[in-house]
Amino acid sequence: MDGPRKYPFCEIDQEECKGCGLCVNACPAKVLEISSHLNSRGFHPSSYKGSGCLGCGTCFYSCPEPGAITVYLKDYVPEGV
Amino acid sequence: MKGAVLRKPGGFNDIYKHKPGADKDRTHYCPGCGHGILHKLIAEALEDLEITDRTIVISPVGCSVFAYYYFNTGNLQVPHGRAPAVATSVSRANPGSVVISYQGDGDLAAIGGNHILQAANRGENITVFFVNNAIYGMTGGQMAPTTLEGMKTTTTPYGRNPATDGYPMKVAEMLNSLYAPTFIARTSLHDIANIRKTRAAVRKALQYNMEKKGFSIVEVLSMCPSNWKLGAVESQNWIRDHMLEVYPLGTLRDRGAEVAPRVRPRPELDPARVRETLGLGEGSGVKLERPKETPVYPNPSVRIAGFGGQGVLSAGVVLANLGLEYGYNVSWLPSYGPEMRGGTANCSVKIQDGTIGDTEATKPHVLIALNRPSMEKFEPIVASGGTLIYNSTLIDVTPSRKDIRVLAVPITGLADELGNTKVQSMVAAGAFAAATGLFALDDIIRLLPSLYSGEAIVKLNEKAVKAGFDFVRGIKS
Ligand SMILES: Cc1ncc(C[n+]2csc(CCOP(=O)(O)OP(=O)(O)O)c2C)c(N)n1
Ligand code: SF4
Ligand code: SF4
Ligand code: SF4
Repeated sequence: MDGPRKYPFCEIDQEECKGCGLCVNACPAKVLEISSHLNSRGFHPSSYKGSGCLGCGTCFYSCPEPGAITVYLKDYVPEGV
Repeated sequence: MKGAVLRKPGGFNDIYKHKPGADKDRTHYCPGCGHGILHKLIAEALEDLEITDRTIVISPVGCSVFAYYYFNTGNLQVPHGRAPAVATSVSRANPGSVVISYQGDGDLAAIGGNHILQAANRGENITVFFVNNAIYGMTGGQMAPTTLEGMKTTTTPYGRNPATDGYPMKVAEMLNSLYAPTFIARTSLHDIANIRKTRAAVRKALQYNMEKKGFSIVEVLSMCPSNWKLGAVESQNWIRDHMLEVYPLGTLRDRGAEVAPRVRPRPELDPARVRETLGLGEGSGVKLERPKETPVYPNPSVRIAGFGGQGVLSAGVVLANLGLEYGYNVSWLPSYGPEMRGGTANCSVKIQDGTIGDTEATKPHVLIALNRPSMEKFEPIVASGGTLIYNSTLIDVTPSRKDIRVLAVPITGLADELGNTKVQSMVAAGAFAAATGLFALDDIIRLLPSLYSGEAIVKLNEKAVKAGFDFVRGIKS
């Protein structure tokens, strides 16, 4: 991604994701999509389109995988800033 | 979750080190499985309530059998349906811990149906998370008690038919008929609003657990895309369109504000105190020196058999108790079943220095036969070189084995001469001591007051022991 990160945003672990699509379906801003590439386990992982995340956490709570989704909320301050 | 990031909750392990194979960084659940979402809500609550370190999760049998891979808590995995029973003991023995019974609908409502009812009825201080996915997931999609009417499963290929298969079982409503439970809710994972309600219910249930407010259960309608043969999103929609109607959502009961914290008796974990409480104590308090003479059988296994009512079982108890006083390990295994009414009864006794494995005397060194059917039944199994003591008052045949020592002792007759046939068991014990050299007569007599109460009874038994002992010593000399 170019330039400083815009908070909030959503990060998806491309290896832990099983491509179930629950987050994609649930995201109110429709900023997630199933990618065309396969991960090493043979799933098409979900990924963030790059902008428009509301930081609502819907994807996080909809996802069955413990660490597949991380959502950085609006008030997140990166370390070292 | 606290802070400005929603990330893998601290109630989870970073790496699933107990999971076999290479994939120690992801769960074994199918894509879109509801178990994963519920796990996440629980792990997040554990972190936020700061109870991860003192929580014990009981994993069931079912797809969540491996829940212990994931939760960074104490974990136990238990037999099918038994999680509430184990949770009961864990919670009572560790009142400072938060105990979670995590169960599927096959586990909780079928094989474990009675366990959950009894634990709820006792108001155990445990939290049950109950995953209702209307099917047996792990075993490949058989009907569960919760399967919907008309729903096809591998065991209801034409759809569940109430005429033969019964109706969907409403666990939350059933438990709500009991007096004791504190919190009963049914929630669902079919959309974000309901996932958030589930999150709140999970937290409340754990909060009550921390406050010792008794039994709480959250029934969670949950997707099983694999066995429903639907996609993950379709599965959520299927819950909405088919399950909600049968399983209405909501809080069926919330008495958290009214109920007082449960006061359970303080658990006693100190072994010495447990022995004392159970009356095991130090036995008679007499510590016995073993007799100087070398016993005929150093670690004897014994069978005693006869009519019910002849004191067969109590003779065995006496021998086992004597063994204990000499510092042996002992076991006593009674066997009577329907024979209690006048038929035959028998018991196995083992008196050993080493560990006792099998408690049944399948090749006894000593057989004490009090009636003929017992002798005929057990004579063949006496170990070669063993001893058969038979009750010559009632047995009018002689044993046929030539490779064993046979002692004819009129056990019933000797007791009768003392005016009470009830003391046959002590006559037999005396005969056993004399025949084996395992116990000294004086020692047995000294121990009688700890086995019987009442001076007259003790005196009578003393005479009985002596009669049996002297009779056998008389044969020998
Ligand atoms: C005593 C015993 N009986 C039967 C089984 C086979 N078995 C394993 S899992 C299971 C049903 C699991 O279904 P459920 O509790 O609904 O959990 P899910 O897999 O759907 O999460 C059965 C019957 C077993 N393991 N042990
Ligand atoms: S946090 Fe909300 S808006 Fe952002 S990606 Fe997730 S679901 Fe979409
Ligand atoms: S919900 Fe989780 S596992 Fe499913 S597609 Fe989204 S990130 Fe992947
Ligand atoms: S079989 Fe069903 S319940 Fe089991 S892991 Fe797969 S989706 Fe989940």
